[in-house]
Amino acid sequence: MSEAMQSAQALPVGSEGKRSGGWWGVLALIVTEGSLFGYLLFTYFYLASQSEQHWPPDGLPVLLMPGVNTLILLASSVFVWACERCIQRRLMRWSLASMALALMLGIGFVVIQLNEWSKLGYDMTSNLYGSLYFTITGFHMLHVIVGLVILMVLLLWLALGYFDHRRYAAVTIGGLYWHFVDAVWLFVFTTLYLTPYLY
Amino acid sequence: MKDVDQSTPDSSLSRVPEVGCAPIGSATERRLAELWESAPGWRGWLSTVDHKTIGMRYLVTAFIFLLMGGVEALIMRLQLARPDQTLLTPEQYSQLFTMHGVTMIFLYSLPILSGFSNYLWPLMLGSRDMAFPRLNALSYWVFLFAGIFLYASFPLGEAPNAGWFNYVPFAGLEYNTGPNIDVYALGMVLLGISTTVGAINFIVTLFRMRAPGMSIDRVPILVWGTLTASVANIFAVPSVSLAFFLLWLDRQVGTHFFDVLNGGKPLLWQHLFWMFGHPWVYAVVLPAMGIVSDALPTFCRRPLVGYSAVALSTMATMLLGFGVWIHHMFATGLPTLALSFFSAASMVISIPSAVAVFAWLATIWLGRPVFNTPFLFFAGFVILFVIGGLSGVMTAAVPLDLQLNETYFVVAHLHYVLLGINVFPVVGGIYYWFPKFFGRMMSETLGKWSFWVMFVGFNLGFFPMHVAGLLGMPRRIYTYAPHMGWTTVNILTSVGSFVFAAGILLFLVNILVSLKRGVPATSNPWDAPTLEWAVPSPPPAYNFAVIPFVASRHPLWEDRLGEGTGRSSLEQGYLLMEGRETIGTTPLDATPDIILKMPDDSYAPFFLGLFSALVFAGLLLHWRDFTLLMAAACSLSLMVWMWPRNALVQRVPDIECDKEAAHV
Amino acid sequence: MNNSESGFRHGVAGHYAFFLCILAAAPASAASSENDVAPLNYFLHSYGPASTPTMVLGWVFAALLIAIFGSIALLLVWAVFRKRPAVDPRSIGREDEGMPWIYIGTGISACILFALAIYALITLNAIANPTHAPALTLTVTGYDWWWKVEYEDDDPTRSFVTANEIHIPVGQPVLVKLKSADVIHAFWVPMLAGKTQMIPGLANQQWIQADVEGLYSGQCTQYCGVQHAHMGLEVVAQSEDEFRTWQDAQRGDAEMTAGINAGKSLFLDRCAGCHAIRGTEAVGAHAPDLTHLNSRRLIAAGLLTNTPDHLAQWITHAQDLKPGARMPSMALTATELNALSAFLSTLN
Repeated sequence: MSEAMQSAQALPVGSEGKRSGGWWGVLALIVTEGSLFGYLLFTYFYLASQSEQHWPPDGLPVLLMPGVNTLILLASSVFVWACERCIQRRLMRWSLASMALALMLGIGFVVIQLNEWSKLGYDMTSNLYGSLYFTITGFHMLHVIVGLVILMVLLLWLALGYFDHRRYAAVTIGGLYWHFVDAVWLFVFTTLYLTPYLY
Repeated sequence: MKDVDQSTPDSSLSRVPEVGCAPIGSATERRLAELWESAPGWRGWLSTVDHKTIGMRYLVTAFIFLLMGGVEALIMRLQLARPDQTLLTPEQYSQLFTMHGVTMIFLYSLPILSGFSNYLWPLMLGSRDMAFPRLNALSYWVFLFAGIFLYASFPLGEAPNAGWFNYVPFAGLEYNTGPNIDVYALGMVLLGISTTVGAINFIVTLFRMRAPGMSIDRVPILVWGTLTASVANIFAVPSVSLAFFLLWLDRQVGTHFFDVLNGGKPLLWQHLFWMFGHPWVYAVVLPAMGIVSDALPTFCRRPLVGYSAVALSTMATMLLGFGVWIHHMFATGLPTLALSFFSAASMVISIPSAVAVFAWLATIWLGRPVFNTPFLFFAGFVILFVIGGLSGVMTAAVPLDLQLNETYFVVAHLHYVLLGINVFPVVGGIYYWFPKFFGRMMSETLGKWSFWVMFVGFNLGFFPMHVAGLLGMPRRIYTYAPHMGWTTVNILTSVGSFVFAAGILLFLVNILVSLKRGVPATSNPWDAPTLEWAVPSPPPAYNFAVIPFVASRHPLWEDRLGEGTGRSSLEQGYLLMEGRETIGTTPLDATPDIILKMPDDSYAPFFLGLFSALVFAGLLLHWRDFTLLMAAACSLSLMVWMWPRNALVQRVPDIECDKEAAHV
Repeated sequence: MNNSESGFRHGVAGHYAFFLCILAAAPASAASSENDVAPLNYFLHSYGPASTPTMVLGWVFAALLIAIFGSIALLLVWAVFRKRPAVDPRSIGREDEGMPWIYIGTGISACILFALAIYALITLNAIANPTHAPALTLTVTGYDWWWKVEYEDDDPTRSFVTANEIHIPVGQPVLVKLKSADVIHAFWVPMLAGKTQMIPGLANQQWIQADVEGLYSGQCTQYCGVQHAHMGLEVVAQSEDEFRTWQDAQRGDAEMTAGINAGKSLFLDRCAGCHAIRGTEAVGAHAPDLTHLNSRRLIAAGLLTNTPDHLAQWITHAQDLKPGARMPSMALTATELNALSAFLSTLN
């Protein structure tokens, strides 16, 4: 008889926070999606380093709006984190408000970026730089939109009273996905907007 | 909405797991069976999440693809048997060799191992199912649909035709206008979804779902092999998915990633492809090596020599496997310094493989071989492994590779490693676990015959390819002139390939005959040591009536392995029957951590798989609205799937549900 | 010593001398023709410093690895069949034993691999660059499914273009620049050097050197489309004088005799869109340069020998001989074909 059997300790049942299967699942998902962005950025650096022409062809990228947008996205992450903290402290109305605000900020990011895209003089078929720029930011945008749907659904579930301080695994899991999307943006932003200033 | 109801009892949120016994035939056991069995008929067929059913589906489907790929090969061997034959047009030949590669490498070699792992992992680990049963079902459906997708244009004579590695610019729109490459590109992205979610499932299952006491150094080597392959896959698959997606964008949207006239680089394709491709080949052999490491000891009547060394060598091989991809690109004009590094790494990677080979040799030497069919396959496997590995050492040397590359020498090498290290262990593994899967033994006579015919046929078919390569015969040529000196080796290879096919046929006949008339099998006909042999053959839907407590690597041999080992508890353990439940444990030490609620059967995985495949069909056919509709359908399916369930305690329990739970 | 012994020794010496003559003669007769066995057999034949170190490396590796395989196979068979003392059939072997197998086996393997790796890297170093500056530079461009060969010169009037057949002076390193006009091809003349990919948009290069006069076959070795199987080339290594003669002849424009006007106008009408002949108005750049067509031994990238019959068959039935090739099967009447053949036969 092993020691494990002797202890008559109560164990949590079901999806309990970071002991849930979903937590591990989203961690693995982040590894694979992170790798995808890694390969995308490798593609960018590989093609840029071998380019015979001036890079970027249309001159250095503008930093103001994208920079502001970055802050908006980061703020959105902060509010998702805040939402979780509120749940832990049983401040359910505050958690709802936090999540709603996070969602608004996320939508703001999308709107601003779409606007920025429309103002660029090139699209993904114009030249190699355009192909790279729109594919990379496009993949990121896709992840943001998926993230927004997740936040929306979490908001709905919160409003329906599905979660409390003992069970809110979906918020933790969905929240982590959103933080990942924001972290990836930092890498994308640095690569596309900041590195051209280095050479 | 209401604030947290303080009166909701916490008992449904945590409890002490009950310990007890549930012998076959007892009321407890029957209750468990009711909980876990799938509905009969097509309902159960579409909605089951039972890992054993899914595993068997993987095995059967992958095997069918093996046969399809094999027929493609045999047709090619007919064409190549003699010089200047015109059985096939060059275009037909191109499609055949491409589809042969695609089928074997993507639709057979990993899925067959997923099949074994899916079926066996929970049984070997002492669990009732995989970590994500519905995700498991999804990974199978997407695999099936992706396989159908990849073959969709074959009947139209528009199969992919640029080789399985699909180099650009030949695979680009300018030189390949038809739908063939688009089928390949989109099909691979779809298949990548299956591979990725399957890999995630294995990783989380390993870390969470083992029986209490099964610490990380007690899991079978097959588990180490599949775990390593799965970790590698989640890092590597995005590279090839991206490569194919970028290619599709270039072809159908007008981007310029591989467009030479606009700054695109053909070498980018090779980098992205091989950064995936090399880890992939280890992913398709390490689990198979694990099969041998687990099954061979049974037939040597002793534990594997050097368990820790073999487990570590598995991980080392996979890790090094990420650092050698340039050896597929030695002839591309890269700087000599870079080539030297990758050449050295490609040699070093044989060292962990040597560890495994000597472990197997030692196990046989120090053991007492039992000469039945599985043992023959595993012993034969060692020979083929060594030949394949050594021919790989030759190609790892850059100057030599500059001659050997793109000749039949590489074809010989890759078939020795792929058939030798994947197919032979797989067939041996089927002979080994067939009694467990179906409750019947396979015929020993037919088995031994099938081994010898396969072994002789394989070597007759593929050994001469080394010679053909050394005589300069390039790959992927649909014919050759009589004066090239390749005629004899080609006729030998063609004959050998048909002999090998006869061996596979014998194996198939054995399966069919044994299913009907095989001797009924007990739960442990081979007197093997691991947990899957503790349950009946075939296993009941719930796997273990009680979750066992494990105290060693070889629970069923403990009574004979000596006083040092612990004593596992197989008859008495966690009952866990308030609905579908199993135990979750800590990653390294496997101490009980949480009671996991397992989902019931669900149609969501089937529908999500179907809608995902239809998204890709829409992209292929340029039907924008249809694609968007299918994408919306996917989101809907996913939401239904992910909706927090009371039964899984993913949300705060309602009062009503508590009353239900009380009746369970 | 008595007579029979010395006679014996003479006999042995005689045989020895005989064998030496055969061995000496063999390399000199390296010229491969259509009847030669295995013209791409780089494993046993090497005729230059770009490939000989590799050939020797190949033998050493092959011999050693075959010996290793033999040892392991022997060990396996021994392990399987060796006699063991009888024990209780239910007993199970002990868990912790056998590690020395792994230590020793892996240790020996690692040492051998290390040595092989060093040797391979030394060989790589030996073949990576020519021993001295190349005497000749030429550019080979891969096309579907033929080879454009350009001999460059500082003086542009002395540069010339040919196809599918490369001539080099014997005993000298030659730099071959590699380009591609369409998809990825690979340049490979196995008895002279390893292969290198020809990648569109990239300028690769390699060097070759033939130390013995003769013909060396080559083959494209990167799948490039339906007729990848029939994209062969030939390298002809000649003495310095013969090479110079050939080069001078190639530099000149086509010398056409009189009385071939019908054929020539047919050519300009039907063929000049793709093919070029220097000295005429034909400047097509999509197909092999035909200025000195008759100086080449093979046509259609190594598919056929260059005889009037084969040429006529190629012109009218290209798609039957090499289905999918860019050369169409030209529909010509018998008269037209005769006129064209007469014209082409003047392109020496």
